[in-house]
Formats: sequence, C-alpha cells, structure tokens
Amino acid sequence: MSQLKRNNSQISETFVDHLEQHGVSRRGFLKFCSSMAAALALPTGSADVMAEALSAAKRPTVIWLSFQECTGCTESITRSHTPTIENLIFDFISLDYHHTLQVAAGHQAEEARDMAMKDAYGKYLLIVDGSIPTKDGGVYSTIAGRTNLSMLEEAAAGAAAVISVGTCAAYGGLPMAKPNPTGAVAVTDIVKDKPVMNIPGCPPIGLVMTSAIAHFLTFARLPDMDELGRPKAFYGDSIHDRCYRRTFYDQGLFAKAFDDEGARKGWCLYELGCKGPTTHNACATMKWNEGTSFPIESGHPCLGCSEPNFWDAGSFYEALSVPQGRVGETVLKAAAVGVGVGVAAAALNRSNKSAAVEGRETMTVEDLKKES
Amino acid sequence: MEVNELLIWARGPAFNMALAIFVFGMLLRLFEIISLGRKSDLSAARDSGLSGGLRTIFSRSLPRKTVFAREPLRILNGYILHIGLFVVIFFYRPHIELLGLDLAGLSSSVIDAVTVITILSLFAALLMRLYSPVLQHISTVGDYLAWLITLLPLITGYMAYHHLMLDYTQMLAYHILSVELLLVLAPFTKLTHMFSFVLARWYQGYLAGRRGVES
Ligand code: SF4
Ligand code: SF4
Repeated sequence: MSQLKRNNSQISETFVDHLEQHGVSRRGFLKFCSSMAAALALPTGSADVMAEALSAAKRPTVIWLSFQECTGCTESITRSHTPTIENLIFDFISLDYHHTLQVAAGHQAEEARDMAMKDAYGKYLLIVDGSIPTKDGGVYSTIAGRTNLSMLEEAAAGAAAVISVGTCAAYGGLPMAKPNPTGAVAVTDIVKDKPVMNIPGCPPIGLVMTSAIAHFLTFARLPDMDELGRPKAFYGDSIHDRCYRRTFYDQGLFAKAFDDEGARKGWCLYELGCKGPTTHNACATMKWNEGTSFPIESGHPCLGCSEPNFWDAGSFYEALSVPQGRVGETVLKAAAVGVGVGVAAAALNRSNKSAAVEGRETMTVEDLKKES
Repeated sequence: MEVNELLIWARGPAFNMALAIFVFGMLLRLFEIISLGRKSDLSAARDSGLSGGLRTIFSRSLPRKTVFAREPLRILNGYILHIGLFVVIFFYRPHIELLGLDLAGLSSSVIDAVTVITILSLFAALLMRLYSPVLQHISTVGDYLAWLITLLPLITGYMAYHHLMLDYTQMLAYHILSVELLLVLAPFTKLTHMFSFVLARWYQGYLAGRRGVES
C-alpha cells in the first residue's frame, strides 16, 4: 500500500493512464465496468458511460476515518473479489488517509489527512466506519488526541459526500447496543448538511462497498437509496426473498437443530433464528469471498446485521416470531393478579347479594291489602 | 420510531403488556361469571349433571338439524370461520414456534389459502349481520369491534407475507401489534367466548343432565 500516500502530480493522473501503467488492458477495464454496472443493476449502456467517466476521471481524494469499530469493514473491503477489481479500486481513487492501510503513522498520518483535506476541499469523498461516541464530550474514542466527534465534524465540512461503511457508522451498531455506555451515534446523527450514503452490514460485502464508490465516481452523485439511506441496488431485496432455502420455508420444512436431518438436507433456518425475512442485504445474490457462499449457505441463520438495532433484537438463535422478554413470568404475574382481583370481585358480589337478601323486607298479606 | 425499533417493541415490551392484560382480563371475567351464583336446585337429580355437562361441551359443536335447516348459511359460515382461524393460528410454523407447541405445521400455500377463505368468511358474516333485520336489531358496537379486531391480524398477516403495500418488516410489526390489540380487547368484548363457551355449555349440559333430559 505504498501508493496510498501520493503527491499531487499522481493525483491528477487519470484512471486509465494509471491502469495502463499497471498492465491492465482496456478490454479488462471494460469488463470491470460491465460487472460494476451489473452489480449496481444499472440499465444497459451504463457500462459504456461508466467506462467513459472512469477513464476521464482524475483520481479523486478519499479520506477514510475509522471511529468506534473493529476493522472488520476494512478486512471485508480488502477482499472485494477478483483481484483486478481490488487493485482497480485501490488504484483509481487516491486513498489519502486510512489507519489500517496507510504506511504513514503518527503525526505524519495526521498531516497527510490535513493536507488532503485542504487540497481537495469541497471535493473529496469521506468514508467513515465505526460509530461516534458523544457522551462526556466524546472522550471514549480519540485519534491523535482529538475526539472522533470533532474529527468527523471537521472532515465532513469539506466533503462532497459521505459514505458510512458498516452498520456502526450507518446506524450506531454494536457500540450503540443497550445500554450504550459511550453514547454512540451514527454518522447521520452528526452530519446533516451533506449527502450521506449508508452501506450497512457487519461487515458489508466488499464488492458492495467498491461498487457504491464506483457509482459515485462515475455519476458524481450517490446511487438511488431507500429510506434508510442504503443503495437500492444492493439492499432492495430481503435475504429471505432471494434465499435459495426459501422453497423449504414455503413447504414448511425447517431445520430444528444445527446437526439434525433437516440441517443436513439444507432446510430453512427460520426456527434456528434466521432474521432473513426482515433483513435487506445482497448476501443471497452477490455472496461472500469471491462469490463462494454466504452465511445461510454454510448453515448459519442470518443475524440481520445490516438492519438498524439488530444488536438489540433479542437472541440470534430464536425465531423471529418468538416474543422477547420474560413471557412466562408475565403470564404468572398477570394470572396471580387476575385471580386475586377475581376472588375479591367474587367476594364483593356475594356480600352485596347477601346484604340484599338480608335487607329484604318481609311482606305480609296485610301489606298487600293496604291502599297506597 | 424506525421500523426495526417498532418490531423490537412489538415483539418485546408490547407483547408482554398485551399478554398480561389478556391473562388478567380473562381470569377476571371468568371469576365474574362463576361468582354470579346460581340458585341451588333443590329437586332430586335424575341423572348425573357431571356427564351431561362434559358431553355438552363437545356436543354443542355439532349443529342441530332443526336449527341448521333454518339458518344453513350462517352456521356453515360459522364453521368455516372458526376452523379457518384455528388452522391459521395453530398450523403456521412461525406461530407454532411462537406458541412453543410441537405440531407438524402446514405449508405456506395451504395457510395462505385458508387465510383468504377465513377473511372472506368474516366479510360474509358482516354482510349477514348488516342484512338481517333481527341481527341488526341486537347488534352493538361491541359486535363490530370484535369483528374488526379479528379481521386485522388476518389482513396484516396476509399482506406481510405477500409484501403488499408496506415493507415486510413494517407490516410484520403491524401484524404483531394487531394481535396485541386483539389480546388486550378480547377479555372485554364478546371474544371472551374463546374460553367462556366451555362454562356456558357445561352449565347447560349440567342442568339438562340433572333433569335427565337430552341437551
Ligand atoms: S433460511 Fe432464512 S432467509 Fe432463507 S428461507 Fe429460511 S428464513 Fe428465509
Ligand atoms: S446473511 Fe445476514 S447476518 Fe449474515 S452477513 Fe448477510 S445480512 Fe449479515
């Protein structure tokens, strides 16, 4: 990754020049554009537009800030499949700051960030992974003595657009799980005046991240997004709707344990806690690790990792339809109160009745004869 | 509230609250009925009230010929409605999982078809109520409320499964919430009959049994 820190002359070199230098043919490049266009579900002809835009593109500055995170998202993006695509992505943007991937460290790294921000003010793409702690002035995560909060505010001010990578940056993620000790929030809770795209997932699929970035570079705008700020091309369908085990769900055939006959036969994992029905992501179609498989294919239920609050949605291994909380206790307590009040009401009824009986005045024939 | 949050709330705190009200309310109503008290029957029993009561709990599930001849449609529709509800509640796998039962379950397409039939039968029941002068006379707001809160879970469940109108997650949340509405209101509407029918039938059978007549 020595290329990550570049001087200005390199930044102005176009993408295609750069590819040629690295021995990537125009044909290979076009192929890449077609696969990107397909991944983004763009209309036919878009691959050409993309190729044209990308070949003319000056390698734009990208600043990647990592806050309260686990580096899983970076691990994932480095596995963006087919090595050529991985190289392309790292080569056609100028990744000027990224904790894990940059060579520079300490003050040099921070200087590189400052310089990149100044040089490309208003034009750079800001990528964030990790949530931002806000409690106690944001002291729970700092970089070079600065809080994540102040670093984000400063970097977002000069960004053309922001991409929140991973569920932590997009929705708060695991750091935000109850009781949220650091007061973690999502990027959109801080950045209100810039276009922000969410690429959630814990982590997101590498190819989804790179494709979304490519879209921004091609069309100079973020792709169509859903109400949760996710690109529709990747998050438009639920895992369940694209799951190859769906036919078993519909037939009512379910694995009930990880090692039972149903599991061996590849039946639906709903009863083992699969959150596929309420989870929007591209796992079932794009798959992981160069299209090898995805969690459900290897026998594990979906955790719902690309949805807000998935961390507080109860056990990963309980079916979606199973209520959460102490249901047994609820029933017992309610029953006890119900019986108690019921007995009291019954006693009241009885005493009212016997009072009425006692209060009865006896009538005699004489009474009836009386003229009123 | 964001949809995932709504779903979490519906599956957790809301469900527990609704269930508590349901259990509390139903027990209260049952005590209320039992504690009404009956006049003691001073005549000598001709036969056992016990067996008469038990038998009647089940025998009243079958239509009487004379009654059936008078209102065949209404009675048939009643069967369709109740059996339909029973099937969709107890034989859909996610519901079985929720109830913690050990039942086989039916395929989604069968449940789907039964749901449609049940919804249609609810509408048929409504039409019959609206077009029968007698029923119109004795119908109260409670009757229409009971109808509505029975319909909502069916409709929302169907729409969630078919992704109609709203996103699945949101519709699923509404489906669960509609069931919770049913749980909360059931003890205070005529839907108490889901339990009290046993008491009512038992009492009829018991009285008839003591008198030695058929019930
Ligand atoms: S395994 Fe999960 S996503 Fe696949 S069909 Fe079953 S419930 Fe749906
Ligand atoms: S299958 Fe579900 S939990 Fe697993 S990565 Fe995909 S969205 Fe996340």
